Amino acid sequence: MTKVVGKPLKRKEDPKLITGNGQFTDDIKLTGMLYMAVKRSQHAHARIKRISVDAALKLPGVVAVYTGKDVQDKIKPIRSIWLVPGCDLIAKDRVPLAVDKVNYTGEAVAVVIAESRYLASDALDLIDVVYEELPAVVHQEAAIEGSAPVIYNDVPGNVAFTWKAGEVPEEVFANAEVVVKQRFYEQRVAANPMETRGAVAQYNPGSGELTLWCTSQNPHIHRLQYSEALGISETKLRIIAPDVGGGFGAKIAVYTEEALAAFAAMDLKQPVKWIEDRQEHFLATSHARDQVITTELAGTKDGKILAIRTRNVASLGAYLSTMGAGVPTIDFGLMVTGAYTIPYAQAETIGVYTNTTPTDAYRGAGKPEASYQIERIVSLFAEKIGMDPVEVRRKNLVQKGSFPYTNPMGCNYDSGDYQKVLEQALEAAGYAGLRKEQEEARKNGRLLGIGISTYVELCGLGPSAVAGAIGFGGGLYENCTVRVHPSGKVTVLTGASPHGQGEGTTFAQVVAEKFGIPIEDVELFHGDTHMISMGWGTYGSRTTPVAGGALAIAADRVIEKAIKIAAHELEVSPEELKFEDGAFMVKGDPDKKRTFKEIAWSANNAWNLPAGVEPALEGQCFFDPPDFVYPFGAHICVVEVDPDTGVVDLKKYVSVDDVGRILNPLIVEGQVHGGLAQGIGQALWEQTVYSEKGQLLSGTFMDYAMPKAKFFPMIESSFVESPSPVNPLGAKGVGETGTTAAPSAVVNAVMDALKPYGVVDLEMPLTPEKVWKAIQKGRAVK
Amino acid sequence: MTKKWNVEVKVNGRVKRAEVEPRLLLVHLLRDEFNLTGTHIGCDTSQCGACTVMMDGKAVKSCTVLAVQADGAEIQTVEGLGTVDQLHPIQAGFWEKHGLQCGFCTPGIMMAVNGLLQDNLNPSEAEIRDALDGVICRCTGYQFIVKAVQQAAETIRNSQQQSQVVPAEGGSV
Repeated sequence: MTKVVGKPLKRKEDPKLITGNGQFTDDIKLTGMLYMAVKRSQHAHARIKRISVDAALKLPGVVAVYTGKDVQDKIKPIRSIWLVPGCDLIAKDRVPLAVDKVNYTGEAVAVVIAESRYLASDALDLIDVVYEELPAVVHQEAAIEGSAPVIYNDVPGNVAFTWKAGEVPEEVFANAEVVVKQRFYEQRVAANPMETRGAVAQYNPGSGELTLWCTSQNPHIHRLQYSEALGISETKLRIIAPDVGGGFGAKIAVYTEEALAAFAAMDLKQPVKWIEDRQEHFLATSHARDQVITTELAGTKDGKILAIRTRNVASLGAYLSTMGAGVPTIDFGLMVTGAYTIPYAQAETIGVYTNTTPTDAYRGAGKPEASYQIERIVSLFAEKIGMDPVEVRRKNLVQKGSFPYTNPMGCNYDSGDYQKVLEQALEAAGYAGLRKEQEEARKNGRLLGIGISTYVELCGLGPSAVAGAIGFGGGLYENCTVRVHPSGKVTVLTGASPHGQGEGTTFAQVVAEKFGIPIEDVELFHGDTHMISMGWGTYGSRTTPVAGGALAIAADRVIEKAIKIAAHELEVSPEELKFEDGAFMVKGDPDKKRTFKEIAWSANNAWNLPAGVEPALEGQCFFDPPDFVYPFGAHICVVEVDPDTGVVDLKKYVSVDDVGRILNPLIVEGQVHGGLAQGIGQALWEQTVYSEKGQLLSGTFMDYAMPKAKFFPMIESSFVESPSPVNPLGAKGVGETGTTAAPSAVVNAVMDALKPYGVVDLEMPLTPEKVWKAIQKGRAVK
Repeated sequence: MTKKWNVEVKVNGRVKRAEVEPRLLLVHLLRDEFNLTGTHIGCDTSQCGACTVMMDGKAVKSCTVLAVQADGAEIQTVEGLGTVDQLHPIQAGFWEKHGLQCGFCTPGIMMAVNGLLQDNLNPSEAEIRDALDGVICRCTGYQFIVKAVQQAAETIRNSQQQSQVVPAEGGSV
């Protein structure tokens, strides 16, 4: 039996997807199905004076119209699941439909249920909503000024919470040889999976069972929330995540429209489908980042970093989304010191309500923001003391041999060699040569820039006890069931819910290797709360470290049981057997054996089992990891800026990542590329923009710059593998490395290019206009 | 009540008919009337290309064509590209080179690639990236899509060379 773990096998998931046989939510069609469309507010902040639905109801084909008043006693508000403790959090929950007041452009005020999607859409135009406009507040820094409009009377100054962690003694900054301070703006962006959100709800009035197919990264969390909101027992509410067309965090959050479709299906006793269009998606699906981070670094003239102090003013949007409070606090604040040995750290985050779409997790969730500010400030520190940015990093990176390393916030970085990945990246990029090239280029007026990011991120969420302590409203263990059928073929069931990450293949590789069976014999099943034990979903790069941990242990439990059965049949003791290449063999007498397939059959027929062994062959594990995992790496970006146009040309991008043990290098590299495209996208092109009155100006793909194929050079990625000690597979997670590393690598490169013009910082995205203006300003000063 | 129109299109080699509203989009005709759900909808402004199909031999965005405009046309969707047992070289390339992750944009991207390879069987990396300008993938970062297209192009080139060579060899026997 050849080893399959670690091999670049092509994916088991793909044949159906490349032949058009995937089943996404919008592909589900049920008899008698009705369509829901949502009437949304065109104002960012307004009182609802009156809603008239009569004309809509008269349109032939319209079955029902519901307003906030119709459903307020029937669907409870959707609660945030992450109530961060110790920060006086005032959580504002989303109501299914606004009743008296709308708080952001796009907030739902009514829904139409009709016989076709076109009719439902027509009827929206016939709903007349009379608003009294109120002054809106869009940006968080404006929102906390005394003169700003207040969104909620019981939230003074629009401040939802003030969170603090760590403390830097004042004298550390007072006595420091060097202090660098900079304000960074992590602009608001949108995850934008290519499949928008959607739901199909079907109710059986006889059994009282509701089935809800929806675009979810975590169906059990959706069940937990919708069960409460709709007042349905978990035993009667079946959430199914069919094929899901990307999530990137946007499909973690629990929203209101899916609950409305479910309510309508129950009320009308007919299936109801709702599919978000892209413009709705921009308005109604969570946005991300939008944090104003001011960072201060205290250091010595010879390049040692002594302390980091941050103040993060984070926009939560108009309501507290599912994980909205956790992202800019725990996820951000615990990682502000990055990959460096820094004795002191202090983080403060002010969560602010604004008249905008709620913000929530997006690929990396808090870690990209933490990484951005530390990687930028470290480069500014290097600049200030006249040291190469590589040298400063070498001086401060956590040293090999000091793992587990506990950072000042209490996070235990698990394993690795941070210097090694940096040196490997420098080698791969040809750093010394690049600096020479840059020197020559500058002489000729060319603006070449080199940017470095040596990041670390916290992921593999995570130990449940920690989840409880940080106010997460659930556990963070994961489950896997490994079910061996009589034929010896295997079904794996997991509570994680992959949607493109490839665990259908990697998990099969693990099982195939453990059991010595072909990978074709193993299938992964997920995304159905009626069929799968409690789990928490796919996000936070947790599927391979946590669900994979459950998988490895569950598979070992199968082997443990199978050995007992094989020993019984071979009339030896279990200790006398070894299991190799799919066969249970008597040590010293390898001809005396049973194959895995044979034992699968005997276990399942149960004709002759040893005493005390139950029939069938199935292992289950609920794996609660002892700690988080910490992937890290070094990325180097080379850009050339056109001084006449401000256009940034991405010339080279080198990534060296340590994501722990790699199960499938092809899939891992794909994850890195995808994350990088989003991270580079944030650095250079993407931004969600509101007008001062709270109108979304970037509400289509014509206005929101999604990265395209021709924006990128070939990425040069490579890997170092240091197994993580906190899970059986040694995996660290790879999905979020790119978004965590790339923004600072790219911005550091552009700032390096603009050095001749004295540019210190520019806000992302580094659009040609912004860069060109900075060059003009620099020229004027010169 | 809006007047309905009869449309007849040849989809993946089979003639299909429907009575449609004049405003019905081709993508909805394919998905909702003909149950060909492999073609997806990712936006509403013709940017993402998830809905790309071949219409009379040209790659078009089916969210920007009315069903009535397609009357009499020949349409090829992803379902007509190849089957699991007999994958089209483009499908094989995407599978082999990991050109997809969630797979939502993939059918449209493959049809756009079909359009490219019809015109240029030896595209450079730049030409491939340029040809992908009308589609958006959020998962892959495009690198493996580029590799998938290169592989597909090579496979098609090789098979064309072979089919040119085979009769000559046959003649010499």
